[in-house]
Amino acid sequence: MDYSQKVMEHFLNPRNVGKIENPDGIGEVGNPICGDMMTFYIKVKDNRIVDVKFQTFGCGAAIAVSSMVSEMAKGKTIEEALKITNKKVAKELGGLPKNKLHCSNLGADALHKAIEDYLRKKGKKYAKGGKK
Amino acid sequence: MKHIYFDSIAGTPVHPEVWKEMEPFIKVEFGNPQSLHSFGQKTRKVIEKARERIANLIGAKKEEIYFTSSGSEANNFAIKGLAFAYQNKGRHIILSSIEHQSILNSAKFLEKLGFYFSYLPVDRYGLVDPDDVRKSIKEDTILVSVMWANSEVGTIQPIKEIAKICQERGVLFHTDAVAAVGYVPIDVSKIGIDSLSLAGSQMYGPKGIGALYLKKRTKIIPLIHGGMQEEGKRAGTENVAGIVGLGKAAELSIRKMEERNKKLMKLRDKIIKEFPEKVNYIYLTGHPEKRLPYHASFCIEYIEGEAMLLSLDLKNIAVSSGSACVSRTLRVSHVLLAMGYPHALAQGSIIFSFIENNTEEEIDYLLEVFPPIIERLREMSPLYNKHFSKKE
Repeated sequence: MDYSQKVMEHFLNPRNVGKIENPDGIGEVGNPICGDMMTFYIKVKDNRIVDVKFQTFGCGAAIAVSSMVSEMAKGKTIEEALKITNKKVAKELGGLPKNKLHCSNLGADALHKAIEDYLRKKGKKYAKGGKK
Repeated sequence: MKHIYFDSIAGTPVHPEVWKEMEPFIKVEFGNPQSLHSFGQKTRKVIEKARERIANLIGAKKEEIYFTSSGSEANNFAIKGLAFAYQNKGRHIILSSIEHQSILNSAKFLEKLGFYFSYLPVDRYGLVDPDDVRKSIKEDTILVSVMWANSEVGTIQPIKEIAKICQERGVLFHTDAVAAVGYVPIDVSKIGIDSLSLAGSQMYGPKGIGALYLKKRTKIIPLIHGGMQEEGKRAGTENVAGIVGLGKAAELSIRKMEERNKKLMKLRDKIIKEFPEKVNYIYLTGHPEKRLPYHASFCIEYIEGEAMLLSLDLKNIAVSSGSACVSRTLRVSHVLLAMGYPHALAQGSIIFSFIENNTEEEIDYLLEVFPPIIERLREMSPLYNKHFSKKE
């Protein structure tokens, strides 16, 4: 397989695999038809992502991308995390084979969805709080 | 560490005896077989000897064998060449839905030229029902193509019955036998086959060489126009070394088929029995009995094939998968989908195909290192985790 060393390293030793109990945001992307599925969980404290976990069904690239995204997002503020793009992820991994670039799209998308979920929930909480 | 090769469907090693016969035709004997002088006479002679050996392997006559560059070319030649030759009779062609890409994409090309196609369904084992062939034949049907055996799931088709139906109805019958030749006894003289594709790279011959058997008096339009090689049906200076290698591979197959199959079947049956004892949620794909002697294929639920393939490669074990992520088109195996497998399960395809040098110890090693790989990937998989949280 034409994967970079970095991709192989993340594939074999992925960081932050798993699930967060009572997460502040969940992001799910992909479906088995396109080949890959990713679920991202985030824990947020004072507008900062303090914990990230993921579960991925997919190829070596999909697993490596998930791992890299989780590492890049950890410790970032929400605004900073939203700036993580597919291109940046692929670059950090030392590049991806052409036909695997779509995997990097999924990784950033899953993270952004989890953030979106967090913001939505927060909005609701905020609204409820406001009513009191 | 030693490398273990379980991917004969992608190609077998060249047998030392094959190479021994080929070598002089790469190194020394460069004569063009079309030349009248002694240089040409030498290479012409070995080509005809190879033709005879291949004919012997499948019960054909020597003059019914045409050399091509590959199994894919032989399939292209058959489907397009026969369609063009018989288009005045009709424009309808019947294919099984699990044919090789070289057949399916030839069909797509012919569709643009006004031919139309029916696709035969398969059951969950990948078998074509001969009755479906009978029902699909129309007034203007000119050709039926059903592969002898499928390289992704190993299933062997009821070729004799299908050929008989085609013969009775006066329709040409082509079979892609690339995965079967050399392993399954084939005698075209006893069953009504009009054309058959074969190649060297799956029976210990070289790559870059194939052949088409075409029954005497069957018309065909060439794909490659030029000189008078292969009776004017396939132009281009002959791949002499390749042809010699294919011939030797055919001769070895006749001699060693029984002994080889006995050994391969032992390996196949061992993995089919022992693998499911070690891992849950795995399914044998293809027919449990009507299958190639060297072939064992599975779908492993909740995980994806490329991730398994890569992990096994790092343990020095080479295998195949029909997963979308492995294919360059990023499409999951059309064979498994035709057999009714859902996408997610088809993504977990893994194919073990053995060579004659494989040993039982190698399978023991696989069965030792593979289950932890599966477990690791499942622990990462949202599908696996969802499945078990539902159960709780």
